[in-house]
Parts: sequence; structure tokens; C-alpha cells
Amino acid sequence: MTQPLTIEGLVGDRKRRRRERRVKSLFVLAGLVSIAISVAIVVSLAGEAWSFLSQVELSELFTVGWFPRRGLFDIPTLLIATTIIAGIGMIVAIPLGLGTASYLAEYATPRARRWLKPTIEVLAGIPSVVLGFWALTFISPEVVSRIFTSAKPFTMMAAGLGVGVLITPLVATVSEDAMRSVPRELREASYGLGADRATTVRRVVFPAALSGIVASMILALSRAIGETMIVFMAAGAVGGALRTWDPLDPGQTMTAAIASLATGSDQVAGEGLAFQSLFFVGLLLFLITLALNSVSNRFVRKYREQY
Amino acid sequence: MTDSIDLVSDTDAETGKSGTRDPTPTPRVSGRPRVTGGTPNDANKVIIDFKDVDVYYGDFHAVDSVTVPVREKEITAFIGPSGCGKSTVLRSINRMNDLIESARVEGTITYHGVDLYAPGVDPVEVRRHIGMVFQKPNPFPKSIYENIAFGPKIAGFKGNMDDLVEESLLRAALWNEVKDRLTETALALSGGQQQRLCIARAIATSPDVLLMDEPASALDPIATLRIEDLMYELKQDYTIIIVTHNMQQAARVSDRTAFFSVDVNEGRRTGRLVEFTETAKIFTSPQQRETEDYITGRFG
Repeated sequence: MTQPLTIEGLVGDRKRRRRERRVKSLFVLAGLVSIAISVAIVVSLAGEAWSFLSQVELSELFTVGWFPRRGLFDIPTLLIATTIIAGIGMIVAIPLGLGTASYLAEYATPRARRWLKPTIEVLAGIPSVVLGFWALTFISPEVVSRIFTSAKPFTMMAAGLGVGVLITPLVATVSEDAMRSVPRELREASYGLGADRATTVRRVVFPAALSGIVASMILALSRAIGETMIVFMAAGAVGGALRTWDPLDPGQTMTAAIASLATGSDQVAGEGLAFQSLFFVGLLLFLITLALNSVSNRFVRKYREQY
Repeated sequence: MTDSIDLVSDTDAETGKSGTRDPTPTPRVSGRPRVTGGTPNDANKVIIDFKDVDVYYGDFHAVDSVTVPVREKEITAFIGPSGCGKSTVLRSINRMNDLIESARVEGTITYHGVDLYAPGVDPVEVRRHIGMVFQKPNPFPKSIYENIAFGPKIAGFKGNMDDLVEESLLRAALWNEVKDRLTETALALSGGQQQRLCIARAIATSPDVLLMDEPASALDPIATLRIEDLMYELKQDYTIIIVTHNMQQAARVSDRTAFFSVDVNEGRRTGRLVEFTETAKIFTSPQQRETEDYITGRFG
């Protein structure tokens, strides 16, 4: 037998406890830094955006188009273009992505899945600048111009289709994960009652995976709204845009507006309001994405079928 | 013997049927009947007939040469140690094994004389005639009502859904417990209630055979007794095949018992039917040494 246990035996190693504290403070520091960065971004955005708002005439925010260097800061132009391009992207991505997810999760043989899933993940990894270039050199002349002969070389349609290609893998992979995590027991229950595959997918798997599917769509929408490069390259209107609802016109989204003003060629630094308008648009973009996220969270909590 | 059961067609001949059945049995809470040995009757006609059935997964031989006649309105139990293929055999009846890509059935399984694996037989149609209750209660994460209505709805049921839901729940001895909360989620029910809900859900499509894959193994003893009571009631109208690893359960509820065993060959386990006869006989005077060892607890 060893020595009887005394209270000293339970005190433990002082060095170990010091190390524990050190490690803990390291992690706390890491957390604090990232919070500090986020706060700094919001503060600097808000500060400049406020100085922009306090100098600009309200009438300049609602004019005929977005030409910041001429003092025309029509915010609706950017919002409409963003909506159109993200909308076209979602129209492409939702059926394509959900179809892919359903096929992979419910129909594909294990072998087909082994090939397809990585392929789709590769697609998700294509840099958006490549897709932008592709939208410009292929989608625009080969697809958009053939279907709509009146289309100009730079269109929101081409950019939207490019964005759709970009976000399809996102919808597909996140939705597929959600569908696959629906327990096998529920599928068996459905098949056991004489449901075929299509019915099982539609009435059992989809509702049970709804929270994940909606999450994938919101994620995709955030990505579509925040996407810059494809829009910048393929939607044209780099110098500014007129307000338009026609997807066959060139257009400038919020992101593209920031990019074109902030790139070196435009030399806007110090140009007063044009420069500061960037911060305002940036803040707007930030708020929209924030709102999307909280809406999706609430939706998911409210409507999911918990299994 | 010439019941023409149409497993191929898409049309649904079943729908009107549920109303014509007997009035529902009143649920009993206590006084489980002593049914040890059951009431097998050779006059009952054979409804499902296994002849030399082998099941393979790829080139893995899971079950070897099973011959079992299942008689109408009896409870047939499949017992045996784990891995003996009793569930596999059960799932080959309603073709649930089709969901596993590599699964393959040899030999013949007939249902009302129709070969269930004949070309053109649609598994979806088969499952509308042969209902199934699973080991783990698996209600859909929907309301109680929607759970019951699911099967009839997809089969194109045109009658009064409220009545059908009520009748199915009555038959499953669950109506009194849930009638005031039909729109609440089924997941709020206890495990035993969920399993009775699953039975009600299976009944709602008016099958004539119910397959039960260890339906009480996830339940406590009281819930188990209720399920056994219920099976006894359901026997009036349905043919029931139950897989169970609980020998007492088989002895209590079943009319006939098939005992399966397993041969281990180079690490691969192949199930095999050892003995099939009336439950009273198999538990009192088994013909095979293996059966006797198993039911007396010397093996398995």
C-alpha cells in the first residue's frame, strides 16, 4: 500500500496550474483581438458614412444614377443592380443546387457519389475572378447574346448567371449535408408506408432538413450580394450606372461600386464625397448581410422539424 | 386461394376497405391475456410463403435456405441470436432490402400466391399491402394527425381522413391518450406511445400483413406489455410477423415460431432456419438440439 492520502496530495502541481492560466489568457486574447477588429471596422465605416451623410444633399441620394464623381449618389441604382444580380444568381442556384443535393443524398449510388461530391467541391473552390472572366468571355457572348439578341456586351444577366454558378455548389453541398443527416429511420418509415423516392424526398427528407436547406440559401444569398469580382468584370458600368431594372443593361452593384471607386485607376482618395460614399455603401452592405443572417436564424429556429 | 392481389398497378383498391372492419376493440390497460403458445390453426390459409429463400449482400451470403409458411391471422415469431438474419428475412418480405443496393434474394417468397420478386412487381405497391413497424419508434417530426394521414394521403385516399385517423388510433389503443392533441408533434409522446403511433400509422394504409422488427426492444416493460396486448388484438384482423430477441415475448404472443441460428464461417456470419413449428411445441419439445440450447439459455 502507498502512503495514506493527505490534503497535500490533492493540491497538485503549481506549475501545471500556471500553464493552464497562461494558455487560457492566450485564448482570451485571441478572442478579444477578433472582436476588436470587428468593432474597429464598424466604427470606421460608421464614422465616414456619417460624415458622408452629413455633407451630402438628400436629393443627391435619389437621382438618375450612380455617378459619384459627378455628385450623383443614387443609392437605389446600386440596390436594384444588387437585387437583380443576386436574384438571377439565386434563380440559377436554388433549383440546380437543390436538385444536385437531392440527387447526391437520395438517388446517387455510392460510387457516383464518390466522384460527384469532390467534383462539386472543386467547383466551389474556383476563384471568383476566374468565373468573372468566364462570365465575360463565355456566358455573355455565347449564352446571353444568343438568347437575347438585344443584349449589350456587358449585362447584369451575364454577371447574375456567373454568380449563380458561383453559389450553386454552396447550396448543393450545405443542403446535401442537411439531407444526409436526416435519420435513416425516417426514410424507412416513409418507404415502409409505400412512399416512393420522390415522395420521401419531398415530404419527409425536405421538411426534416429544412433548416439546413434554408441556411444554405441564406448563405448563398449573402455570398451573392457580397460577390464582387464577377460583377465587377461582367456587369460593366465601371464608371457609374444609370438606374435600371432591365437585366440586359449594364449595372453596378454595391460591391462593384466600391471596387471601381477604390481601385487605383480611379484615384478617388481625397476627392471628398466620392471617397466617403464608399463607406456609406459599405455600411449599407454590412447591415443588409447582418439582417439576412438574423432573419435566417429566426426562420430556422421557428420552422425546423426537429428530429 | 385465387385472391387477385394486384401488386403492379398504381391504382389503389384498398381505400374503401377500412370502414368495413369490425368495430374497434376497447383498449385494456391491465389483464393481459395469457396467450402462451397462441392459437395456431392449420385451417388458416398460408398468406406468405417462403421457399428456399437465400439472401445475399453482394457476394456475402447473409441467410441460407429459409422455408417458412406464414398463416393468415396468426402471429409468427422469428427468434434467434444476433446476426442470424431474422430481420433480413423480415425485410425481404416488403422488399425493404431493395433499399440496400447490393441486396439480392434467391428462392421464392409468395404473397397470396403472387411471387413478390417477379419482374414487374413494384416494391412501393407491396409495401402498401404489407405494413412495417420498426425497432426504434420512428414517428415523423410532424403532428400526430399528419403521421397517421401520411400513408393514406400518398396512396390517394379519398374518404374522410378524420375518421380514418380516429379509427387507426383506436385500433392502436392510442386514441384516448392523444385525441385532444392531434395537432401536436408526435415527438412529444413517450416511447411506448410513439411505437403505438407507428402501429396506427402502419394500419392506416389498410395492409393485411404487419411486419414488426423488434417493436418493443426500445421500450420499458409496461410499454412492452401494451404492445403485446395490442398485437393480440390486431391478430383478429391482421397477419403479424414479429422479429424478437426476447424469447418470453415470442412465447407470450406468437402462434408459431421460427428459430434461426447463425453459422460463422471465416468470420462471415450466415443465418439459417433451424426449426419452424407451433410456438407451444418449440418451447416445450423442440426437435433440434440447437433450439433447445437456445431457449434454455445455454447459448445465444
